[in-house]
Amino acid sequence: MAARDRHGSGPPFGDVFKVVGTSARKVDGMAKATGEAVFTDDITLPGMLHAKTLRSPHAHARIVAIDTTRAAALPGVRAVITGRDLPGRFGVLPWTQDETALALEKVRFVGEPVAAVAAVDEDTAIDALELIRIEYELLTPHFDPLDALRDDAAPIHDTRERNVSKNVLLEFGDVNAEFARADVVIDEHYSFHGTTHAAIEPHCALARLGADGVLTLYSSTQITHYVQRTVAKVLELPEHLVRVIQPCVGGGFGGKSDPFSLELCVCKLACITGRPVKMLYDREEVFYTHRGRHPMQMHFRTAATREGKLLALDARTVLDGGAYSSFGLVTTYYSGQLLAGPYALDALRFDSTRVFTNKPPCGPKRGHGAVQPRFAFEVQLDELATRLDLDPIELRRRGALPAYTETLNGQRITSNGLLACLTAVERASEWRVRRGRLPFGVGLGVAASMYISGTNYPVYPNEMPQAGIVLEANRSGLVTVLTGSNDIGQGASTIVRMLVAEELGLALDQVRVVAADTDLCPVDLGAYSSRVTFMVGNAAIDACRKLRAKLTSALAAHWETFEGDIVLSEGEAFDRKEPTRRLSLKEAIAIAEAKYDTLATAGSYNTPKLGGAYRGGTIGASPSYSFTAHVAEVRVDDETGRITCEHLYVAHDCGRALNPMLVAGQMDGSAYMGAAEALMEDHDVDERGLHRGPSLLDYPIPTALDVPGLSSLIVESIDPEGPYGAKEAGEGPLHPAVPAIANAVYDAVGVRLRHLPFTPARVLAELEQQRAALEGRRARC
Amino acid sequence: MLRMPRFEVSCPESLPEALALLAESELDTRVMAGGTDLLVALKNRLEVPQRVVSLARVGGLDHVTEQEGSLAIGARVTLAQLGASDLVRRLAPALGEAARSVASPQVRQVATIGGNALLSTRCRYYNQSHFWRKALGFCLKKDGTLCHVVEGGKKCVAAASGDTAPALLTLGARVTLESQHGVRALPLLDLYRNDGIANTVLRPDELLTELVVPAQRPGHRGAYEKLRVREAIDYPLLGVAVRLDVDPDSAVVTDVDVVLTALQAKPRRVARIDSLIVGVPIHGEAFEAAAAQLGLRARDQCHPVANVPGDPEYRRKLVPVLVRRALLRAAGAA
Repeated sequence: MAARDRHGSGPPFGDVFKVVGTSARKVDGMAKATGEAVFTDDITLPGMLHAKTLRSPHAHARIVAIDTTRAAALPGVRAVITGRDLPGRFGVLPWTQDETALALEKVRFVGEPVAAVAAVDEDTAIDALELIRIEYELLTPHFDPLDALRDDAAPIHDTRERNVSKNVLLEFGDVNAEFARADVVIDEHYSFHGTTHAAIEPHCALARLGADGVLTLYSSTQITHYVQRTVAKVLELPEHLVRVIQPCVGGGFGGKSDPFSLELCVCKLACITGRPVKMLYDREEVFYTHRGRHPMQMHFRTAATREGKLLALDARTVLDGGAYSSFGLVTTYYSGQLLAGPYALDALRFDSTRVFTNKPPCGPKRGHGAVQPRFAFEVQLDELATRLDLDPIELRRRGALPAYTETLNGQRITSNGLLACLTAVERASEWRVRRGRLPFGVGLGVAASMYISGTNYPVYPNEMPQAGIVLEANRSGLVTVLTGSNDIGQGASTIVRMLVAEELGLALDQVRVVAADTDLCPVDLGAYSSRVTFMVGNAAIDACRKLRAKLTSALAAHWETFEGDIVLSEGEAFDRKEPTRRLSLKEAIAIAEAKYDTLATAGSYNTPKLGGAYRGGTIGASPSYSFTAHVAEVRVDDETGRITCEHLYVAHDCGRALNPMLVAGQMDGSAYMGAAEALMEDHDVDERGLHRGPSLLDYPIPTALDVPGLSSLIVESIDPEGPYGAKEAGEGPLHPAVPAIANAVYDAVGVRLRHLPFTPARVLAELEQQRAALEGRRARC
Repeated sequence: MLRMPRFEVSCPESLPEALALLAESELDTRVMAGGTDLLVALKNRLEVPQRVVSLARVGGLDHVTEQEGSLAIGARVTLAQLGASDLVRRLAPALGEAARSVASPQVRQVATIGGNALLSTRCRYYNQSHFWRKALGFCLKKDGTLCHVVEGGKKCVAAASGDTAPALLTLGARVTLESQHGVRALPLLDLYRNDGIANTVLRPDELLTELVVPAQRPGHRGAYEKLRVREAIDYPLLGVAVRLDVDPDSAVVTDVDVVLTALQAKPRRVARIDSLIVGVPIHGEAFEAAAAQLGLRARDQCHPVANVPGDPEYRRKLVPVLVRRALLRAAGAA
């Protein structure tokens, strides 16, 4: 058994799953409900100091001088550090390491960390920040990516000649030829604004340097492994002396998938002071830390035949990256690579340019890089359907890729439940009798999408497994699972527990998951790109099969029967042929341990070799893809311009729902997050570079009253690659929400929304333009 | 979590004790009832008092009583109590609606009517953290000399943002202010000043102790409409309170009052509207036309500036819509 094996999609014993497919409660559900769960900020260590960050008030400036003497002299202050104390460059991707823990020569956005103080308490640290003197030489800031791209624009990064963070130009098929033979071309501009994750838990980190020389960091991260590597690199320590532990995390959504300044600062401050140091960001600091969705300006052209067959897509996109690279290289690829599905195209060209600007850095947010182009393309398809007088669902059906195929950019598609998803939302919304027939102001809109279940592109190139699992079966009847994966609330540890229980026939409480501690657990790359259930799940099954073989062979010898007749189920082992032969799994483990010594196995997962044979061909290449369709029902108040999303019908092909409650939770959460991005959120700075409202009052996220009605319709296509046929469910269900709402608004009031966010002011302006145009037409008649 | 500045806290056990503390003028003092606005202001360093006088242990001031149709409301009555009060629902429906529109259920459990009536004006350039305001270069209202809303402006234009004030104003409410020097009662309208920095005439030694809503005429109706991004939490981007007095026999409008908020430092009463609607029967197209006319007149008297989030031109466009809707809703609610 090896990392690249497939494990089959059926139950391990007999025809029926015992655990998989049940809505088992989350491992930490009760602890979180009762307040018992320990988040990073809940940890207090003896002698602990508190640290605070001094941030830049300027969007773009050179640091001329820093004087920390008065701050360092303040009673209660134990250490003050600046960029010079942590000069090592880092970044989550090895090719674009352009960050430092604290600004070195320049500051590049308002809110960038410049210095940090550790003191006996937070108030003293805050007072000390006020005593740090910094002399800045102001530079011209760039807030508009097109402005930053001009030849005479001063570079934000001195190492680069221009403010181009990354450009990708790829063409598959002959785009010009397809446009030449097209009956219809839709050519429009679209824009997507910035949005941020707004996880309920702010970033927090706590570091301690032990007498044994081990530096332990507790952090609210979704990528323990990369944090460990980064801390070791920047602090110039051997990796094995850095231990990173992820306590409970209150949501990430991609906002905790970079290594961050605070993690490095507390480590350095702990090393300097010899005392544990904690730093907790306040909400405003979380907004500056950002790494949220890239604003994109998109010029899309779609060519089709008059029957609605899609011929080609030509996409030009400018991505506003903010001040640093983060995952931006990948984002730039994703902005085009994931457009090759879920519809068949004869040609695709995309030209995407990510630009540095003097704003908080953008990065990965749920649906990384693909949500924005998906919005543009799905609205464009709606425009095409209108032009051709075709039902928008029918247009998508005609264009849908089949299962088990390859996209024109070389992405291998396995299972594909797109058609089933379209049918599910069509039925649930009563589309056929309602769409186009609702009263003025009420409308239905559809959109669909596909997304990756992890990618075969590890963040740093290597041939090692992407996910590892270690199992130990204890004679107490407990199986302990060690996994490096990060449960950030999505239920990763719950899924691991369920898979192990299923494979070994254990009761759920006989499986204990120890996760995200780099000293104890084998490496997993982290909770991003919807890879955890898929990859860690496969690794868990791999480890279980090895342990199961020991259990069944020991029992077969014990009962003098065949291994194949041994069944492990619901806490018991028995002989299928002779069911009176029956033992508890505790006894079974003891028999196996007596025969094979201490029972421990390891399992791994790595992706098959995937992706097109061209530069960037592996980015966006996934072992399998999820598919989603939404129908949005909206109500538009034509006097106020306010859109109320009354209902989102969400159908998602997750392969197999290992835990339907968790899948539906991800679908609900994705859909309403998308709806909020469409209707109310806006992460932006003003003409000075100041954030427009770095608080949860001024950056509105939905209250319970603002969430649309949600129908989560699970579609199961049983994928050959995923654990028991499962694919991702955490990000894909977000994508269609935004275009489905835009398309529903068109059905409701005939206004085509191509620019986000759909604020009442913008919608009202569009409605007024529409009225003026109608009156103009009437006047001419 | 944001930290608060350090200050002294006094917890008087009675009203006279509280007034005595306020009379000591040597310490810069703020009064705290529910604290829902003060605590945020403290955390953002908008208020840096030397002392906070908490009313937590002062008994009384939490009554809602009726006398011959007149409502007396203690200043410490919570917005939740007010919103749930049958007396308020019956005698002053617009006030009940306004109270229920404030923030969230959790906030309304502690926020008081006195605090809401005395709410400081709000501005997108003022209600921010110390770091943010410092990066901006501060503003007229606190620590700075520039207005960022009106270029070259010398007068702070931060916006009145309490939801209950416009409703109370349409009802002709009066307030009672007490100090060691005595008691003064004044119309609520006279409590407010059109100055974003000092928006009330309350003296530092005074406490607002009671609000009185006089008996309304038979056939009184009222409503409150609020423009905001979300269905909860948000402060008004525009608030419209209306009072409509209707002759119970003829169903004809006998008097009207419309007060708008979230425009300037003082809630604004719309002028010259009686002739548009008085004498019009509330059922029928004539009323709808009159309500629409009244909305346009209100708009002509409003000039929103970019003091609260969002596009001021959009807020102006919404004035006639909200005014008309409030009037129609008041007319429809018997």
